[in-house]
Amino acid sequence: MSAVSDSFTPSSPTGPVDWKSGAMAGRRKARYAADRRLQIYGMVAIAFALGFLATLIGTLTFTGYRAFTQTMATVEIDLSQAEIDRSDIMGANWRNIVRDALVAQLGEDLAPPQQRDYFGLFTSSAPFLVRDAVLRDPSLLDGPARFVIPMSDPLDQLAKGQVNTDLPENQRRVNDRQVEYFQQLEQQGLISRPFNWGLFFNADSRFPELAGLAGAISGSFWLLLVCFLISFPVGIAAAIYLEEFAPKNRLTDLIEININNLAAVPSVVFGLLGLAVFLGWFGLPRSAPLVGGMVLSLMTLPTIIIVTRAALPSVPSSIREAALGIGASKHEMIFHHVLPLAMPSILTGTIIGLAQALGETAPLLLIGMNAFITSPPAGVFEASTALPTQIYIWADSPERGFVARTSAAILVLLGFLVVMNAIAIFLRQRFERRW
Amino acid sequence: MAGYLIGFLALAALVSAIAGALRAGGKRDMAAAPKAHSRPIYHGLNAAIWTGVPAFVFLLLWLLFQNGVIDALVLASYPGSDQLSGPQKDLLISEIRQVASGNIFREPTPEVNAAVEHLKSLQSLATWAMVALVAGIVALGAFFGFRVIEHRYRARHSVERSVTWFMMFSSLVAILTTAGIVASLVFEALQFFARVPVTEFLFGLRWEPQIAIRADQVAGQGAFGMIPVLFGTFVISALAMAVAVPVGILSAIYLTEYASQRFRAVVKPMLEILAGIPTIVYGFFAVLTVAPAIRSLGQSIGVDASPNSAMAAGGVMGVMLIPFISSLSDDAFAAVPRAMREGSYALGATKGETIRKVLLPAALPGIVGGVLLALSRAVGETMIVVMAAGLIAKMTLNPFESVTTVTVQIVTLLIGDSEFDNPKTLAAFALGLVLFLITLGLNLIALRTVRKYRERY
Repeated sequence: MSAVSDSFTPSSPTGPVDWKSGAMAGRRKARYAADRRLQIYGMVAIAFALGFLATLIGTLTFTGYRAFTQTMATVEIDLSQAEIDRSDIMGANWRNIVRDALVAQLGEDLAPPQQRDYFGLFTSSAPFLVRDAVLRDPSLLDGPARFVIPMSDPLDQLAKGQVNTDLPENQRRVNDRQVEYFQQLEQQGLISRPFNWGLFFNADSRFPELAGLAGAISGSFWLLLVCFLISFPVGIAAAIYLEEFAPKNRLTDLIEININNLAAVPSVVFGLLGLAVFLGWFGLPRSAPLVGGMVLSLMTLPTIIIVTRAALPSVPSSIREAALGIGASKHEMIFHHVLPLAMPSILTGTIIGLAQALGETAPLLLIGMNAFITSPPAGVFEASTALPTQIYIWADSPERGFVARTSAAILVLLGFLVVMNAIAIFLRQRFERRW
Repeated sequence: MAGYLIGFLALAALVSAIAGALRAGGKRDMAAAPKAHSRPIYHGLNAAIWTGVPAFVFLLLWLLFQNGVIDALVLASYPGSDQLSGPQKDLLISEIRQVASGNIFREPTPEVNAAVEHLKSLQSLATWAMVALVAGIVALGAFFGFRVIEHRYRARHSVERSVTWFMMFSSLVAILTTAGIVASLVFEALQFFARVPVTEFLFGLRWEPQIAIRADQVAGQGAFGMIPVLFGTFVISALAMAVAVPVGILSAIYLTEYASQRFRAVVKPMLEILAGIPTIVYGFFAVLTVAPAIRSLGQSIGVDASPNSAMAAGGVMGVMLIPFISSLSDDAFAAVPRAMREGSYALGATKGETIRKVLLPAALPGIVGGVLLALSRAVGETMIVVMAAGLIAKMTLNPFESVTTVTVQIVTLLIGDSEFDNPKTLAAFALGLVLFLITLGLNLIALRTVRKYRERY
């Protein structure tokens, strides 16, 4: 065999090979060394890939974990003294009320420039937060009440040790006076750092300290719901037809080539399809989860069809023949016996397909699901974002606080993916049968 | 409203399924003598199909065309609308719709106000007409569905026929999708080529698409030559392949040939995780960690690296493709017949020699197919390059400089202002067509290579 000839050159063309000679021993050594080298290359390759994975997860966790807490100030405000018309809570001058209360909390009189620095400690939406709390519970008007107000992003960074106070004052976003105020409040025991529930229950905001994923999570939920409702029945029906009913002809060949090819079409092209056909020709609403779900269902469809087509023939023919033998029609045989037995594999594949759909970003960007929307969508026709597009929006935002939020949002997205894949693995191991 | 109607349809179908089944069951008991053809459940299902499906199809069609028809009617009644051009009409309609939904930016003219009233009246009329017609079709369908319930009626055949139709339609969805992709891309690209000559697009060496959308904007003159964009795409893809191909193949060799069963069982799923991470995560990681690292690497060797260097995007993309190449090479190695491997061992070859001189050549077509599929993914990959690669089209082979790609241009051209009558927007569709054709070609070649190889053994 010529393949190994270069390592097999006899010392003399006629005589026997002296395997114990120094030249032979050296050659053997070189050959084994080459073998070991290949093995080491392989190990290095795997170490590189796994090392990258570890770095990726490590970096994201390291930058993201801080966003899971939020620095808060507990402020006591006595609203019974304030001028508030109980019949018109919305109309009161909340800005001044809250600002006076904040200054009173510090216990010093502040000149206007100092006031500006001081108010910069708190989120600029503080008046609205207090107002909304009062709207929810008007009894807060009766006397002094405690309000928990998020600190603004620069102060949040300071509290988490992310601001280097050794830098000259003009090179950081927190000035010395603000640091001083912050320390005063801290000494009064007003600063706390609870778990950041706002990350999950607030919608998007321009201010990092208030921005949350509620809109993105519910948007992704609607997307996946639409995607599932379309791709699951259609995918299974198509697979059953192609596997069990379709005649072998040009048309079905074409369909098969199409399905295989669709699985490899770049996702951004599906986005172009959604933009031109669903938005342009059909006039469906922009940024709506309905359109996003439809586009994603077209991308998930090949996955479900391929999985189902692999699962159907694995059901033993004895079961089919038994069903036909006692008088079931072909439809009854498939829908009453074969499909239920193939269902665990199909569901596993479907969940994996949906997990892929959950992470898709590019097609959603093209149909406008990267809009700035400050309330969670209530249905599939309302404009919304999705988890990956929210990550994209935050990654593009200049504020420091959004870096941590982006990493945190990625961790949330990866968490959902892990859960979905875990369910798929559980289904496979618990219910999938091997015949 | 449409949502409630769909809910109502589902309910109506359910009710008629139950009612139909009960009625069929009752009839059979009464007649008792001759044997019924179908079980009551099929009569019920048949009634449900009659009740729900025609109305559902009608509802979908209605929703599809409602807006277009209303817009046409409103425009027709707008004074002087026949002199307006297409884009002006679009602008007018969107203004009327904005005012109707309460977003008033400037005081609307009396004509617009009249049109808004007209629009609102048409919309409420359309809603009521839709509800009435859907209800009517449901009633009619239910009437037919119930009328045919009779003990000799072959309800099962009827239901199975409907199911078969649904399955046939479903299997056509794949073709419809491809047709939709091709039609939309070709249609919009043709509009683009009506404004920009094909030869300029295909052979032009400058890509500066940021032209003015409004007359008062400051912007470039515009140049739509796709060569630099394509060049950048292949620079980044080549960098990705330079990472993914050696690492993927070497790790596949190690996992299939050297690793113990337990090592393989642990490491292979971990490699697969790399394929399951969404690409936007890679993109963010490239911006956050890899790009600064490459910048400092460039500084240490005296090269001025761009903050969004081709190397950052390409390298991260390469890592994403490792499991893809690794698992396809794995399959290719597994498909090499045992006899070839054992023949090589019998001649005294070491494991490494067997791999390099027997396995690799035999598995080569499969590996090449896998590499081509990976290349097609790299060309079509979007989010990593959107976040980590540049926007300016440059013809450079230096991996420390920033280049742009086809997908980056598509996304940046379509985010934000998008009007369909603008070369800037339409250019994205022309690029999309090019992208679709490239990936289609790569996939077809790859599948053919793999198939040819399979026939050999």
